[in-house]
Amino acid sequence: MNWFNRLSAAKRTLIVIAAAVVVVIAAVSGWMVLGPGPMDFAGGRRVALADYHEADPTGVPPELERASLVQRGEYLERAADCRSCHTAVGGTPFAGGRAFTISIGTLYSANITPDKETGIGAWSDAAFLGAIHKGIDDEGTPLYPAMPSASFTGMTDADALAIKAYLFSLKPVHNEVPQNSLGFPFNQRWLVGVSSFFFNPDRRFEPNADRSAQWNRGAYLAENLAHCGECHTPRNLAFALDNRKKFSGEFQAGWRAYNITADKESGVGAWSAAELAQYLSTGHADGRGTAAGPMGDAVDNSLKYLTPGDIAAIVSYLQTVPAIASTDLPATKASPAPASHREGVVADGNPHGKQIFEGACASCHGWTGVGPLTRYATLTGARAVNDPTATNVAQIVLNGMARDTPHGKVFMPAFGNAYSDTEVAAVANYVTARFGAQPSGITAKQVAKLRQEN
Amino acid sequence: MIKLQINGQVREVDVVEDTPLLWVLRDVLGLTGTKFGCGIAQCGACTVHVDGKAVRSCLLAVGAIGNRAVTTIEAVGQTPAGARVQKAWLDLEVVQCGYCQSGQIMSAAALLAATPHPDDSDIDAAMAGNICRCGTYVRIRAAIKKAAGERQA
Amino acid sequence: MTIHTVSGPSRALSRRTILRAGAAAGGGLLLGFYAPFADAAAANTSGAAPSDGGPFAPDAFIRVDRAGKVTLIMPQVEMGQGVYTSLSMILAEELDAAFATVAVEAAPPSDALYGNPMFGIQATGNSNSVRAFWKKLRQAGAGARAILIEAAALQWKVDPASCTASDSEVIHPPTGRKLGYGALADAAAKLTPPANPPLKNPKDFKLIGKPLRRLDTQDKVNGKALYGIDMLPPGVKFAAIAACPVFGGKVAHVNDSAATAMPGVRQIVVLSDLVAVVGDHFWAAKQGLEALDITWNDGPNAHVNSAQIRKDIKAASEHEGAVAKSRGDVEKALKGGDPIEAHYEVPFLSHAPMEPMNCTVHVRPDGCDVWVGTQVCARAQAIAARVTGLPLEKVTVHNQLIGGGFGRRLDVDGIEKSVRVAQKVDGPVKVVWTREEDIRHDFYRPIYYDRITATLKDGRIDGWKHRVTGSSIMARWFPLGFQHGVDIDGVDSAIDEPYDIPNMRVEFLRHEPPAVPTGFWRGVGPNNNVFAIESFIDELARKAGKDPLDFRLAMLGKTPRLKTALELAAKKAHWGDPLPPRVGRGIAAQISFASFIATIAEVEVDREGEVRLRRITCAVDTGIAVNPDTIVAQLQGGLVFGVTAALYGEITIDKGRVQQSNFNNYRMLRIDQTPPIDVHLIKSGEAPGGIGETGTTAGPPAVRNAIYAATGIALRRLPIDREVLAGRKQP
Ligand code: FES
Ligand code: FES
Repeated sequence: MNWFNRLSAAKRTLIVIAAAVVVVIAAVSGWMVLGPGPMDFAGGRRVALADYHEADPTGVPPELERASLVQRGEYLERAADCRSCHTAVGGTPFAGGRAFTISIGTLYSANITPDKETGIGAWSDAAFLGAIHKGIDDEGTPLYPAMPSASFTGMTDADALAIKAYLFSLKPVHNEVPQNSLGFPFNQRWLVGVSSFFFNPDRRFEPNADRSAQWNRGAYLAENLAHCGECHTPRNLAFALDNRKKFSGEFQAGWRAYNITADKESGVGAWSAAELAQYLSTGHADGRGTAAGPMGDAVDNSLKYLTPGDIAAIVSYLQTVPAIASTDLPATKASPAPASHREGVVADGNPHGKQIFEGACASCHGWTGVGPLTRYATLTGARAVNDPTATNVAQIVLNGMARDTPHGKVFMPAFGNAYSDTEVAAVANYVTARFGAQPSGITAKQVAKLRQEN
Repeated sequence: MIKLQINGQVREVDVVEDTPLLWVLRDVLGLTGTKFGCGIAQCGACTVHVDGKAVRSCLLAVGAIGNRAVTTIEAVGQTPAGARVQKAWLDLEVVQCGYCQSGQIMSAAALLAATPHPDDSDIDAAMAGNICRCGTYVRIRAAIKKAAGERQA
Repeated sequence: MTIHTVSGPSRALSRRTILRAGAAAGGGLLLGFYAPFADAAAANTSGAAPSDGGPFAPDAFIRVDRAGKVTLIMPQVEMGQGVYTSLSMILAEELDAAFATVAVEAAPPSDALYGNPMFGIQATGNSNSVRAFWKKLRQAGAGARAILIEAAALQWKVDPASCTASDSEVIHPPTGRKLGYGALADAAAKLTPPANPPLKNPKDFKLIGKPLRRLDTQDKVNGKALYGIDMLPPGVKFAAIAACPVFGGKVAHVNDSAATAMPGVRQIVVLSDLVAVVGDHFWAAKQGLEALDITWNDGPNAHVNSAQIRKDIKAASEHEGAVAKSRGDVEKALKGGDPIEAHYEVPFLSHAPMEPMNCTVHVRPDGCDVWVGTQVCARAQAIAARVTGLPLEKVTVHNQLIGGGFGRRLDVDGIEKSVRVAQKVDGPVKVVWTREEDIRHDFYRPIYYDRITATLKDGRIDGWKHRVTGSSIMARWFPLGFQHGVDIDGVDSAIDEPYDIPNMRVEFLRHEPPAVPTGFWRGVGPNNNVFAIESFIDELARKAGKDPLDFRLAMLGKTPRLKTALELAAKKAHWGDPLPPRVGRGIAAQISFASFIATIAEVEVDREGEVRLRRITCAVDTGIAVNPDTIVAQLQGGLVFGVTAALYGEITIDKGRVQQSNFNNYRMLRIDQTPPIDVHLIKSGEAPGGIGETGTTAGPPAVRNAIYAATGIALRRLPIDREVLAGRKQP
């Protein structure tokens, strides 16, 4: 092991990690390959699409049946939300270049406009299907798992090609996206190939013959287009979705995607179907909170364009996902805080939190937590303020939010540039203590880390 | 047409529902006492009362007001707390450029109406949302206390 | 700029003020006065000044009508500093007018008639309104009083010397006869005011020195006061504008299809460098602007960024500058001792007055009306004339109350833009900047880099070399103030720093940042200099093993007024009393704007680097205090302004764009962070000093030095870096 000792400490660590990853993949992959698929929780008989006798769960909703291929593709693209990832901040939609800073480095999304040189203009149908279904590019090289091909793999060829037709109807944009910068061993694409060999079953959607057409439609939308699990389902050590813990929540790109199982306390089991539908289609449900961050994008770029029927289908599917409790998430507190700043829970020992709240936050959120100006600012009942990690509260304070809701533009300014990590932590802890079920204890250090992850 | 109750009068305005009250007051109704400072609820210059509570009119859509009563700086002197605050403001020479003071006075009047004898922490909680670039804060605090004291007398 | 101006105040003030009386339209007395200095400097910017024999201009300074009402045509603008009241008091004092009968009226534009004696142009700035008009207004008041007395004496056929005046009446004590000023105004208008009317002995002042209620506050508490942004001329439309986010960039292409379809949007105005949307109300205009798809041509400045600017100014500061002041033998003193060197840096700052930039304009073929709050009324007129091509007299400027100037409204860029937009609009249009646009297109307080080297001898400073590197605002704004490489504002309070230092040299090195426009910001040059000097003094005191108070007092022998102020401030702040851990007191002592001010801040710094202000105490000798309560208010407010900048103020540039936009990221001190601020005035018989900016200048070094005392960390750059104070970053 002489050669090994001569390497720098960093390189040694990396090699150890690389070895560990390979071993872990080998060790657990057997267990994983046998692990459940995303819809397996429902039991029942899975049949090929052609053998399903109820209404076709794939394709576009009835409202668009007569629409052109491009229009159908546009609807399906909305449902699959390609643009959220394939658009840089402030950039042209679909022209790629959005940076994803993850623990192992930075990934940049591809240009998927029909530009022949920098986009996908030269791609054949087969190449496009390869990317969607198998996560390989037009030269057969595996794409990084930021592309949710393990979810998209269920998409029918017809739907995928409709999306392609839509993308090819757009104006080509010449935009060379930056090279991914990953540290060893994660810059080894063959590893991705290994992992997708195990984790991407490369199978199209198979309806559950024992379930209604609505449920199957919801399953197809949620699993194979909207790819909810990519954020909401925990991942195993090899970055694959662990459907044993399906939809029970995960930390993702600096945000916390919450538990959306039927658990009454920590999931959405207590939400009515109407509340779920309102949240999915507007990014807000009274008494349940307002979507921000990646979920805000998902609503504004994608879910709000779905027909009420499709939203209802997703809801009916979602409500059948088995409850899994997140032990670190208390039941959300539903009652507003007292109207007086004197009453209610106060974060101990840190006067900054209250001070920042009264200066910068109270005007919109109120001392009660019920927004005096817009319901979108209501904190009462929101999962984020009932999350003792305060991850999402801190993220919203740092980055603000800008939502294009069905009720017009809603925004919160970003405070990250003028408030210190200490202050952001203090105000987040004050907010969870005052409006949530239990106070959080996020630290300045953790806030500093969140800044990096966005 | 949207119907609004402003300073005891019914006013009808022809604007889209999500127009913030601030611009309806200033540009449509000519009530320019309510000021624009930031447009993002960070400065308080646009503060008015809606059913007696201090709210930022720059982010309050007129369509969301319904028949709640809106009071602006032009009429706050007709409320007991508003009159006391205005007097204390003059007695202690709070005002400098004056641009933020409509909002300061609206916030202070709402505070006194709800909390007749505010202490420093009450003043902080009610007034920290109002920025004064001229830096009149020391006197604002003193004037609120004076206005509160005069009620007892 | 305070004392050493090339063509400055001493010359202007020593000139004889010429008084002329005449009849007012509608009856009554009109009294004009001007200092000949004004026409020399101002002839190029506006009409000719009245000469001794010429026709009497109707825009006189004072009117006494037949009812006895006294109107001061106010040359200075009110932006919160209380100048309407202070100048009225000075006039009323010498005129012996009942203060309640005195009213003010904003002067129309004319550098010749209303030029500030310290600038030669009609400008309100540099904390000099009272200083500049002190003598003039006293002479005018005394001159008017003299002819009113003379008119009464003529009527009574008595010796004027046997008459006196009080409360707007002339009295003849021997007979007890009285005549009101109103009844005498017509007769007085026919008399010639004395060339040098005797002025009161300050001990006889009845108004000056009394805390009087301000004249402008009543309407500011009931919503009636009108600022520029409140103008609603009949038929007015509202415009929101966007200039290229990159400095100097241009409009490449605008797609307005979505915007024109929006309710309330009336017109899209596309100019070379900016786009405006005109609507029925500002919200419609703003929504329309957001709906525009604008492609900008960023131009050559898209690479400009703060990191490079900072690097460049630091490198530039290595070169020698132009010598602004030299005394003794600096080189020898520095060689003879053990030189201590430190560098200080202050950032770009935006003004962010509460009233965002705005201007209402109506351009017609034969004239132009401009409604605006400006610190430079005649320049406002001139720029509108230049843009429209109209002669000056066809441009009417209606100057309004100002919702915060702080130097921002010494520039007329906003008026220029608004007039250009208005040229394309039929009827009056009010152009309002969003806060974002206001912060991103300011004339920023420049970044400065200061190098100071000093030697100590026997516990005192022996040699002192101070080089100020930065933008010359004067070169752009008032070229007379930038000569031989020295910007008089850039070295203000550096060349007249107060300590007894035998060998010293102050240099100015002009270094303009690329693309970023710079302008005056409350506290102007002294802001930077007092911060650097007073910070360094504290570091030297520590080197000398001395208490910062004793160290300063020992070197203030030649500046007794400041010494007294410092001793008083120290006493009131309980200097030397024990403090809890992590709490410190810090001093700033300075002469600025001809005021002598000592400030002591007491702060607490927690382990996370957060700074809490516990108390600020200051003592000031500003000469005769005209309206003492206003002086206290200005110091309190100025300190908040300065401390805000010290804690949070910084404009940064990336890709040629300002990164800050609104109060969420350009942060302001709030009431719950503001400590008690005690101001102690020292009685003085000297001529009044300036006060509007002194507090701003005092705040940052006092707080910085208090942090130094509390933590031992010597911060050398503003704003205060809390990461450094938390120990997470090197200073
Ligand atoms: S304008 Fe509404 S809070 Fe600033
Ligand atoms: S008085 Fe000027 S901003 Fe408050």
